[in-house]
Amino acid sequence: MSTRHRWRAAAGPVALAALPLAVLAVFFALPLVGMVGRGFVAEGRLDVAGVLSVLGRDRVHRVLWFTVWSAGLATVATVLLGLPVAFVLHRLRFPGRGLLRAFVLMPFVLPTVVVGVAFRTLLTPSGPLGFLRLDGTPAAIVAAMVFFNVAVVVRTVGAMWEGLDRRREEAAAALGASPLQVLRTVTLPALTPGIVAAASVVFLFCATSFGVVLTLGGLRYATVETEIYLLTTQFLDLRAAAALSVLQLAVVTVLLYVAQRTRTRREQALDRSTRGATTRRPARRDLPVLAVTVLVLALLVLPIASLVARSLHAQGRWSLEHYRALATDGGGALLVPATTALANSWRVAVDATLFALLLGLLVTLVVSRRARTRAGRRTVATLDGLFLLPLGVSAVTIGFGFLVTLDRPPLDLRSSAVLVPIAQALVALPLVVRTLSPVLRSVDPRQRHAAASLGAPPWRVLLTVDLPVLWRPLLAAAGFAFAVSLGEFGATSFLARPDRPTLPVVVYELVSRPGEANFGMALAASVVLGVLTVAVMALVERLRLGSVGAF
Amino acid sequence: MPQLRTLAATTTLLTLSGLLAGCSLSGGADESAGDKTVVVATHDSWAMSKKVLEEFTDKTGYRVKIEPNGDAGQLTNKLVLTKGSPIADAVYGIDNTFASRAVDEGVLADYSPKDEPASSSKYTLGDAKGDAQLTPVDYGDVCVNVDDVWFARHEVTPPRTLADLTSSDYKSLFVTPGATSSSPGLAFLLATIAKYGDGWQAYWRKLMANNTKITAGWTDAYEVDFTAGGGDGDRPVVLSYASSPPFTIPKGEKRPTTSALLDTCFRQVEYAGVLKGASNSAGAKAFVDFMTQRAFQDALPDNMYVYPVDSGATLPADWAAYAKTAPDPLTVPPAEIAKNRDTWLREWGDITSR
Repeated sequence: MSTRHRWRAAAGPVALAALPLAVLAVFFALPLVGMVGRGFVAEGRLDVAGVLSVLGRDRVHRVLWFTVWSAGLATVATVLLGLPVAFVLHRLRFPGRGLLRAFVLMPFVLPTVVVGVAFRTLLTPSGPLGFLRLDGTPAAIVAAMVFFNVAVVVRTVGAMWEGLDRRREEAAAALGASPLQVLRTVTLPALTPGIVAAASVVFLFCATSFGVVLTLGGLRYATVETEIYLLTTQFLDLRAAAALSVLQLAVVTVLLYVAQRTRTRREQALDRSTRGATTRRPARRDLPVLAVTVLVLALLVLPIASLVARSLHAQGRWSLEHYRALATDGGGALLVPATTALANSWRVAVDATLFALLLGLLVTLVVSRRARTRAGRRTVATLDGLFLLPLGVSAVTIGFGFLVTLDRPPLDLRSSAVLVPIAQALVALPLVVRTLSPVLRSVDPRQRHAAASLGAPPWRVLLTVDLPVLWRPLLAAAGFAFAVSLGEFGATSFLARPDRPTLPVVVYELVSRPGEANFGMALAASVVLGVLTVAVMALVERLRLGSVGAF
Repeated sequence: MPQLRTLAATTTLLTLSGLLAGCSLSGGADESAGDKTVVVATHDSWAMSKKVLEEFTDKTGYRVKIEPNGDAGQLTNKLVLTKGSPIADAVYGIDNTFASRAVDEGVLADYSPKDEPASSSKYTLGDAKGDAQLTPVDYGDVCVNVDDVWFARHEVTPPRTLADLTSSDYKSLFVTPGATSSSPGLAFLLATIAKYGDGWQAYWRKLMANNTKITAGWTDAYEVDFTAGGGDGDRPVVLSYASSPPFTIPKGEKRPTTSALLDTCFRQVEYAGVLKGASNSAGAKAFVDFMTQRAFQDALPDNMYVYPVDSGATLPADWAAYAKTAPDPLTVPPAEIAKNRDTWLREWGDITSR
């Protein structure tokens, strides 16, 4: 093939991805390079050796090792526990299912400081689960990571699972395969791309979580992320922080490469169920998965219940005092009442969701193409990984990077109102892509070829072949993006304008000051945020369920 | 056709949210920071009633825009990183543990109010360069607090000194936020350094051997582990503030259930200053002036739980009785803190993380 041809094969996807790429360049690459660059320059000279010498420190090796194994273990646990729940909530039919699906997303938006306190209230030696002796152990850290991320697996894999035609499984069973064999030989292979996609996102979230590690580990454990945080905000040791950021980037890139290879090798066209429901009523053989689901739900419910109970307690009595305080400025403590912050959160979330869907659709269309040339395939794979990177890089680095790079024309954006939704959309983008692309990739290309050979122009192919498959995952992705935006704190805390904070920002401000009233308000605000999320998700679920008959 | 209906529903939903989105992007016309607005970078604990700030506007014609920027350390570091393109006009909330860094990095302009309260000279940084740039506004004592009710119920005499905390009588009773992740935690480390000098590491080893618990933040130490913090914890000794006890006065009663140990206190002084390169430096100066004046000083205890540097300012009644400050607080010279902070924190991290 001629060079020009090869070039064109790569240029197609890049053109479609131009907008997302530009956003990524300005709002991710530029701040990252700006901040890391400061660490590399010492007294006006580039000092690469100095940065690299940091990577030789013993402590760095320990920290890296803890990061990888804790996040790795949490990812495995999240996937193992999340799959049965995905099955129950997306393949079985029972009353209350929509609400449960919505509920699973609640942890996702709860501020980590507050959840950290809720977990510690349960685990502290005098707490209800104190006998487990988990306070301050890595097990507590891993449990909290599972708590926050199980929704990623349930929703990403669930969206794929619910569209899967049952006839293949039924055929295998009819041919004498045991349920376990069906699972191993038919179902799991079909779901592998979705599982890998979810697992990589979960790993990135776990590896970059820092509130959880500090709070639940009682400062005894350090991850690359907590080190970067301490080095930047306490020690102002930009060189060491830069070294760790580079290390983080390298680890994430290797991980994404491996995930990419696993996924593409397993990809297959799937028969989609086009008529009738894919769900059935629970049966006796579902008992084991139902048991696991109940266990997972208990893990989610316990900390949330302890949070709710405490938010309803004031001055040693049951009371709604903390909730009433949400409409006030907390006696001068807040620049705006929590209710105003909630309205801000809502508006920002709508913007961020639309933006994430727009970017996400573009990226998905690109990365789900089956490129015919090797160059094309490589470009697609690189693009796919590229948009996951923001999840794997420290929010502190990016946040400070915003401060030092976007402060002068032509990019004087430091106090611009559009920064927050854009930054949140970048965080939500990988989830949108991860929800949409496994589904789109599983569309049999022969369907598209058939449509094309019958004379349909490309847009028509998109509309009649891809879009009908994409509707349901698109709604799931929208809900997901909305939840990400409502709960996002890392980037938002750097970018939100003080007179227009989002609710999580207000919660952090409240938690950082003494007094039962402030703490109570923080808890009440978190509960409101969680309940709002569940309500919105339940609404989305209704829309989705209402559409079942259409496919 | 059901398919069409779904499509219609989804389109409606998207359009509707699009409309809502429209409100948010266009609805917030930027009140441009003109000459009459002073932007003040603060730490997250900023709180001040609107009435007091309106008084400033009435008096000077300037409007104040507050920008919280994390804790004192994060605030200082942000100012250092954005030197030359400052994020605000004035700063409030740099404390004596970070003051020297701000001064050494040259983020501040020289300015001192003309008529500072006489009592504020007790709280200055103590070196010429720093005193010319940073104006003391308020102070607070970080002290060990005890749950008196718990000790009475268990018929144990509460501890009084730092040395008591290492005694086996008080094994597994003390919880403190960590020095690397919390500013009161750092203050406590400095208290032990002030008290024990080079022997502070030995002290901390004994503290750890006595099963002291370390948490990430003040909130989870007080609200989860402390017995009197509302979280039904199991540790009756906690690191907190001299101003914490009044918060534990039960409803309908007069006396708090906890008290601060005044021999264990480290004094944190908070400063204000004008940023170098401020676009509204006249306004910034006016606000620094205002912070040292009676109206603002009077309002400090109720809003931020700190003590005004103006000894003539009025304290709330329950503070005068139950939130006394340490007569002889522990201190470390700011220049020494600046020089050794990183080393101390690293050594502290090694001792406490086993």
